[in-house]
Amino acid sequence: MNERNRGTSPMDTLLGSLALILLWQIAAIILNRPILPPPTVVVPLFIQAIPGDLGRHLLASTARVLTAISLAVITAAPLGLALGQLPRLDRIASPLIAIIYPIPKIIFLPVIYVLIGISDLSKITLIAIIIFFQILVVVRDEAKGLRYELIASVRSLGAGRRALFRYVYLPASIPAVLTALRVSVGTAVAVLFIAEQSLTSWGLGYYIGVETYQVLMYPEMYTGIMAMGLLGGGLYALIHAIEVRYKIVGCILCTEIRA
Amino acid sequence: MIPPMIEIDGLHFSYRGLGPIFKAFSLTIKNGAAWSIIGPSGCGKTTLLYLIAGLNRPERGTIRVADVPMERPRPRIGLVLQDHGLLPWATVEENTALGFKIRKFYGPDGTHSPQEPPKGAVAEKALMNHWLSWLGIDHLKGKYPGQLSRGQRQRAAIARTLVLEPDLLLMDEPFSALDAPIREELQRVMNRFHRETKLTSVTVTHDIEEAVVLGEKILVLSDTVNTAPTIIDNPHAGDPELRKSEKFIHQCDHLRSLLENRHKKEDA
Repeated sequence: MNERNRGTSPMDTLLGSLALILLWQIAAIILNRPILPPPTVVVPLFIQAIPGDLGRHLLASTARVLTAISLAVITAAPLGLALGQLPRLDRIASPLIAIIYPIPKIIFLPVIYVLIGISDLSKITLIAIIIFFQILVVVRDEAKGLRYELIASVRSLGAGRRALFRYVYLPASIPAVLTALRVSVGTAVAVLFIAEQSLTSWGLGYYIGVETYQVLMYPEMYTGIMAMGLLGGGLYALIHAIEVRYKIVGCILCTEIRA
Repeated sequence: MIPPMIEIDGLHFSYRGLGPIFKAFSLTIKNGAAWSIIGPSGCGKTTLLYLIAGLNRPERGTIRVADVPMERPRPRIGLVLQDHGLLPWATVEENTALGFKIRKFYGPDGTHSPQEPPKGAVAEKALMNHWLSWLGIDHLKGKYPGQLSRGQRQRAAIARTLVLEPDLLLMDEPFSALDAPIREELQRVMNRFHRETKLTSVTVTHDIEEAVVLGEKILVLSDTVNTAPTIIDNPHAGDPELRKSEKFIHQCDHLRSLLENRHKKEDA
């Protein structure tokens, strides 16, 4: 069972990357057009550019995503816990959440620009809103799913609201938060790409969409695509590593196996 | 004179939208006694246990435990539920230490933990080791609840309760989810526990044999309104050879006919 929990090993990642580069090379040879330069051109260019401006674009994007994730977790996790714990509050809020949850939040981009202004904060807010709902819903469901018996027996050990939060709700919701993050980080990076198309001069979205694509610098554009892929993949791997590190993945599995 | 451990006086309780299940119900449980409560499902046996534990509040009447009216869960009561209630993400050892952690979290405030100062890490460790090995699960300290058998989980839940040195042990269908041999084994463990500690205990069960094995007094509840309690004396509870004896079969029959009669009255 432990073998399975470890997920992909570094060896798997290496093999996967090599296979991707190989396919890319084959596709580039077959297509043979400037829009798909081969990795033999792009990879050296990437290594060359990453200490310079490309690195700055990557940093700008990373900072935006990480800030948005932090904002979303700080606000959504406590609210989700509250909703899961207080059925009366949940009855009022959950129809509203059910309606807002599936709406693609990116459509509010212009509204947010007008309300918050043309700053980094508006882009961060947009991404934070998307992650916010994902976390809110899973944490709420996780807190709701805690059986009454578990709560009652911990209460019987003397726990009041604060100790329940510290010893039950918090540790119970951390895995849910991590899972929600791992699932929503892809969407977050996609929205970041769109949000960075305009009204900024730093960020991978701007670099790919404006600085390189519009002037037909395709090999440079691909270095941006590689960086964005690394950003998404890196965040995913980081969150997964935290999950594994805290034995959370293993623990969830082992509670599901009933003797 | 030592006051009784539990004193219920004029208890009224009903669930919203349903008729009352307790009406002017009074009961006294003496110090050091082992009681079991039996009755059909929906008769309020678990409700009564939760009322004694302070997890439910009576509508009217008072419940005094150790001469103090119950207004919230009382730190010195130990509660074991059918669903072990172990934290799934914590090991047996961490689960056993949970009560101590909660007491440290609040400090000796008298509401969440007893007023006397904490025992200190060494004494706590000793208590944990004592009860884990007394219950025969000290070798499972590092395991998670999901890696244990049901019986082992229930032993861990009991250990977690006993390390806090309760003065009253309440158990709600503690062994109902277990296979018969493991259930009987744990019943023997609890008999031995009562012989060694003389701790007051109340065990809720729907199992006639379990009620007879564990309760020196058996409270029989009905699924209509409970007013005057029906109590059976069962002095042979805890006798290791009880199950093999004539008295056991006789007592079970007696209890069964009592439960069936109440049911018939109900149908009529």
